[in-house]
Amino acid sequence: MELYEKTINELHLMLKSRQVSSTELTRAMLSRIEATDPDVNAFITVTAEQALKDAEMADQSISRGDCKLLTGIPVALKDIFLTAGVRTTCASRILHNFVAPYDSTAWARMKEQGAVLLGKLNQDEFAMGSSCENSAFGVTRNPWNFSHIPGGSSGGSAAAIAAQQAVATLGTDTGGSIRQPASHCGCVGLKPTYGRVSRYGVIAYASSLDQVGPITRDVTDSALLLGVIAGYDTKDSTSVDMPVPDYALALGRDIKGMKIGLPREYFIEGLDPDVQKAMDQAIATFRSLGAEIVDVSLPHTDYAVATYYLIATAEASSNLARYDGIRFGHRAENADGLIDLMFKSREEGFGTEVKRRIMLGTYALSSGYYDAYYLKAQKVRTLIRQDFMDAFSKADILLTPVAPTPAFRIGEKTAEPLQMYLSDIFTIPVNLAGICGISIQAGVSSQGLPIGLQLLGRPFGEETILQVAANFQKNTNWHTIKAAL
Amino acid sequence: MRYQPVIGLEVHVQLKTESKIFCSCSTSFGATPNLNTCPVCLGLPGALPVLNRKVVEFAIRAGLATNCSIVPANIFARKNYFYPDLPKGYQISQFDLPICLTGHLDIETAGGKKRIGITRIHMEEDAGKLVHGQGTGSGVDLNRAGTPLLEVVSEPDMRSSDEAVAYLKKLYQIVTYLGICDGNMEEGSFRCDANVSIMPAGSDRFGTRAEIKNVNSFKFVKQAIEYEILRQSELIEDGGTVMQETRLFDPVKGVTRSMRSKEEAHDYRYFPDPDLLPVIISPDWISLVKDSLPELPEARFNRFLQQYSLPEYDADVLTASRPLADYFEECAQASGNPKAAANWVMGELTRALNDSSTAILQSPVSPAKLADLIRLIDSGAISVTIAKKVFEDVWKNGTQPADVVKQQGLAQVSDSGAIKAAIDKIMLANQGQVDEYRNGKEKVFGFFVGQVMKAMNGKANPAVVNDLLKQKLAAE
Repeated sequence: MELYEKTINELHLMLKSRQVSSTELTRAMLSRIEATDPDVNAFITVTAEQALKDAEMADQSISRGDCKLLTGIPVALKDIFLTAGVRTTCASRILHNFVAPYDSTAWARMKEQGAVLLGKLNQDEFAMGSSCENSAFGVTRNPWNFSHIPGGSSGGSAAAIAAQQAVATLGTDTGGSIRQPASHCGCVGLKPTYGRVSRYGVIAYASSLDQVGPITRDVTDSALLLGVIAGYDTKDSTSVDMPVPDYALALGRDIKGMKIGLPREYFIEGLDPDVQKAMDQAIATFRSLGAEIVDVSLPHTDYAVATYYLIATAEASSNLARYDGIRFGHRAENADGLIDLMFKSREEGFGTEVKRRIMLGTYALSSGYYDAYYLKAQKVRTLIRQDFMDAFSKADILLTPVAPTPAFRIGEKTAEPLQMYLSDIFTIPVNLAGICGISIQAGVSSQGLPIGLQLLGRPFGEETILQVAANFQKNTNWHTIKAAL
Repeated sequence: MRYQPVIGLEVHVQLKTESKIFCSCSTSFGATPNLNTCPVCLGLPGALPVLNRKVVEFAIRAGLATNCSIVPANIFARKNYFYPDLPKGYQISQFDLPICLTGHLDIETAGGKKRIGITRIHMEEDAGKLVHGQGTGSGVDLNRAGTPLLEVVSEPDMRSSDEAVAYLKKLYQIVTYLGICDGNMEEGSFRCDANVSIMPAGSDRFGTRAEIKNVNSFKFVKQAIEYEILRQSELIEDGGTVMQETRLFDPVKGVTRSMRSKEEAHDYRYFPDPDLLPVIISPDWISLVKDSLPELPEARFNRFLQQYSLPEYDADVLTASRPLADYFEECAQASGNPKAAANWVMGELTRALNDSSTAILQSPVSPAKLADLIRLIDSGAISVTIAKKVFEDVWKNGTQPADVVKQQGLAQVSDSGAIKAAIDKIMLANQGQVDEYRNGKEKVFGFFVGQVMKAMNGKANPAVVNDLLKQKLAAE
């Protein structure tokens, strides 16, 4: 087994016992990036020089006997996380030259634990997309099959794990942006409960939906990394002041007698047969482990996509107003006065999908339309949240597919935004409800693409979904099947 | 035709908190541009607002002092518009659930007491400012961005520029008394927008209003409203109609001019700010703030009437501002002579402060020194005339009143021997006037008083002079 295939859990022990140095490990990851990224294009920025310096520092600190959980472990971040001194583009032309003066809290916490940054990962521009095709820095390709998308918006974060370019990565999930690419790339993606991880220093797309989470090789790493980044942050008023449990402790517990709910609205006609088959097999596995499978209903599921595209775009239209060419980022040349400067900078700086969503959101908030769109959407959101709370009174967790199909082909849906939007139908309601969810690999399609299953938990029920996911991985081999490249 | 003006005011009160409303940057005025900034008030990507609790406390104070009800769960909203001095492209403000609702203030008008309704008070952040004319382009200074403001919105209850100014002064008095605003109008700490319309006298249907933006002195508010009333009446008289628009007041020319029409008005696309939680205010918090409220101007006015037996006029003048009232009280108590303290504070002290444009808190004559001076008069040590001289010295040189009297030999002479000698001398030298007096022309008495005081360098005790003069002139 190559060094670059290993997990945080394994590498931490190896580094601590000095079986490997961080410098060796970081070199291995950097050469892996060099070898594979011309095909995959997961990285927007590779910080090789700084990474080697940091690795050396890590080695020194290990030799002093100081080896924290992430000391010397090379990781990478979606390019939506601010990193002091390292460019943060959000995959947008409007931020092509933006270097933040401060670190996002999530990254600061990883750094504090000794992590080494390999670079910044590709994504859909401003996290708007499901395929990683909406990037000013080119498409990221699925390491399992280069003609397919890796999923989005955290496509680079998932592809980098699948291509063994980083030990672990962070993504953000607004409507499925961690879980869907994790599913399409055959890795583990966790979207924590809204408020579990600080959003400070994470470029906002839709503030009431955005949440930070890890993408990792296995469930153990997911639990470990969540433990590092989770917790109250005085700089984020929406982060919740609740103690962070030791998530790894939950992984060893069995799931006998646990009630797993199957929302009937998620197992619909037209679900890809390979996906259906993977779900059936997973259900059988859980049954064999002593779980009880129950039928539940989430009656407002049909309204979720429409609701999401009103709320998310409304918030985005306001969140993206600060990119005006005045203080930072792209500024148009030859502008004729103030208004023209803002117009031109935004026109040149934003991509098509971002403009589409800003226009949608602006419209939804306009006077005369606010009640019919934004306010109505907020009401439906409450109903969707209530659906989940009702379901959780009957089941401990819910099991669903992550996406209706495995990863589609690059270019397949770019002409049909609505088709693209509908591919997130199983992940979007989770963000609207603010609950937690995890995506793990549960099969491989007839075309050789990974298929994910999604486990959903109550608010702050991360321990339970991690526990169930760990039991699945202990009893199946899907997560050990890697992309061949 | 006669017209009835209808006026409503929106007042922006800058709160004097140490730090900004959503970050810990300083609110100090006049710093090097963009020194008092951080990722939050610069509106950098990824930055998030965290509410300053002090701002909420100040807003509760303002609400309680203006008879408002405090909204137990109020909400911050985003007001979206583009401008280079607005770093996020939206202002965090409050919209349909502000912190205070439905209050009132009572003002004195020519026709007696009048109640002016307060629709709402909400919290919001200030924008930065543009700096023009330096270098090739314009600069953006974001030191002020994120400074906490309260916006106090009145009902359209005022019917003249005088009423508007009376309301404004009352509100000003309250926010400065509460210690939530420094009241510095030149620096923009207290500024207002006036909504003005007119309707035929006797009508109850309001006309179309014009909004006059950002007027920052009581005088300008009066001028702007009066100009606007005149402009609208003339417009209607000439067969025109008033347009709903935003206008700017030009203090140099004393006119208002159009800034933008209703069609050009922004659609601010307000919606609840998802980065901030609802502001929850418990009844306990409200009662805590209530208990900490200082005595308000009206209560203090009434107490001054009772406790110090002051005339209404004096009590009104002395409660105009909290530092003035504090000064008076300290002086009244230390001197034991409230009426004299009132006279000195309203007279000599106010004159000296005005002449030198000094704030009362910076007065070189402290309340204790002024009280010493009053006690010197009351004990008969010096006359009021001499006391004024002593006051000048204390003001200029920072001396102690008693020292000035001693060192300059200003102590009053009550010794009848010395005064008698002076009277004798003057009567001898002015025999003509003595005869006039004795022939019944009592007016010349004043002449003799003046002469005696002059001869004694003003130090003679006036009461003793009067008595002795009467005796001497009468005797023959």
